[in-house]
Amino acid sequence: MKRWVGSLAFACLILVAAASSIAAEQPFITVASTTSTEESGLFGHLLPAFTTATGIQVHVVAVGTGQALKIGERGDCDVVFVHDRPAELAFVEHGFGIERHEVMYNDFVLVGPQTDPAHVEGGTDIVTALRRIAAAKAPFVARGDDSGTSKAELRLWQEAGIDPKTGEGGWYRDTGSGMGPTLNTAAAMDGYTLSDRGTWLSFKNKQALKIVAAGDRRLFNQYGVMLVNPAKHPEVKQDLSRKFIEWLTSPAGQKTIADYNINGEQLFFPDANGRSS
Amino acid sequence: MNALLAAWQLVLSGDPTLVAIVSLSLSISVTAVLFATAFGLPLGAALAVLRFPGRNAAVVIVNALMGLPPVVAGLFVYLLLSRSGPLGGLGLLFTPTAMIIAQTVLVTPIVAGIARQVIEDLWREYGELYTLDGVGRLRTVLSLLWLGRFSLLTAVLAGIGRAAAEVGAILIVGGNIAGVTRTMTTAITLETSRGDLALALGLGIILLTLVLAINATAQFIRNTARSAAAI
Repeated sequence: MKRWVGSLAFACLILVAAASSIAAEQPFITVASTTSTEESGLFGHLLPAFTTATGIQVHVVAVGTGQALKIGERGDCDVVFVHDRPAELAFVEHGFGIERHEVMYNDFVLVGPQTDPAHVEGGTDIVTALRRIAAAKAPFVARGDDSGTSKAELRLWQEAGIDPKTGEGGWYRDTGSGMGPTLNTAAAMDGYTLSDRGTWLSFKNKQALKIVAAGDRRLFNQYGVMLVNPAKHPEVKQDLSRKFIEWLTSPAGQKTIADYNINGEQLFFPDANGRSS
Repeated sequence: MNALLAAWQLVLSGDPTLVAIVSLSLSISVTAVLFATAFGLPLGAALAVLRFPGRNAAVVIVNALMGLPPVVAGLFVYLLLSRSGPLGGLGLLFTPTAMIIAQTVLVTPIVAGIARQVIEDLWREYGELYTLDGVGRLRTVLSLLWLGRFSLLTAVLAGIGRAAAEVGAILIVGGNIAGVTRTMTTAITLETSRGDLALALGLGIILLTLVLAINATAQFIRNTARSAAAI
């Protein structure tokens, strides 16, 4: 028994040593970001380029925008990289973040089943499309997770003058999950949903889903980056983080973002231009 | 079918990312179970043989915690290790260490709960003999632990199974950071999110195979030891 425990402990030591060697002692920063940047594959393309250029590794925690901002608020990351302009501005205003820069944009698309029961296909007016879905009581699968996409969707319903909560338990299905799981659900129940274009393009379980409406200027989706306020959280790695933000908004970083595509289709459009707020 | 193919291709490719994910998964779960055994066995033994006020309540609590939802354990450890939490100064959040802590919290009650039951049963059967022989409490407990070693191995296996299979706790405290805190289960979650169901299921098959191998090894050890003991 003793020998057995001893060899088990030894095996564990080796495993732990192996695991810690994976997390090499390279300088790193922690970035709280959205599921869309991770699941679309952008980070897989972008971050190695940054690490090659600077030797700094980036640890990405990919969650919804609301949760990412919360992680920043608690000081558990160095940089927040999300897509909900009003919430970002509030984050800066409350002193949780500083040096906000816009980085890139893409757009949201309305995705729905091939059969299109609400007859929204081909539309460019998102508000009309949402009204038709509500009128037809066609299943709409919502994020409901306080993410940037969720908040954008709720703003659009408001603009349409519809309170989707009235459809809850019926045609409006609030899944409280990330974009991928929501798309999986929409595919399974032939529902409509609002997705960012990046996640949609890289999503592999589309089944009968397709884009039914896009191109409305209200579907604009801006991404911004912020440094967590070191005055509130002194552990924030300011210097390394500033290098990351500077690189993202530099010509080199912007070009790397523009270069990312799936089947020739560009997913994110850089728009830093040195603008900040 | 696609999943089997994906699993097979993954294994064949010997992809270094996969190797890293698998070894991280195993090292976290096994380390957590070691800690949980170190805490859980004495706790279970104490609950089995000691009589003190509030013992029944303690037994009920340990048994209830065997079913602790991983996401609750994760949230608890997250709040503890967050920069804004009591242990924030350690900077452990989003590291493998945080994941080991969360899984230790999850697995300790399982080891303690099963150990208590095993030792209590043995204590009922043999306790009087030890008392008559005038053997001290500590030596009695050690002796009972040895007697129940095969059943206790089950407790440890249950712990490994729980640790290797759960995703709720480590996702919260580890953050599923590629190359740092991404394990089998969090990778499966991510691939499901990306709609790559074949790859997700392929990873699942690999995970199941590993858990199966661990259990088979334990069964082998148990059988060999038993027959050796019989001779």
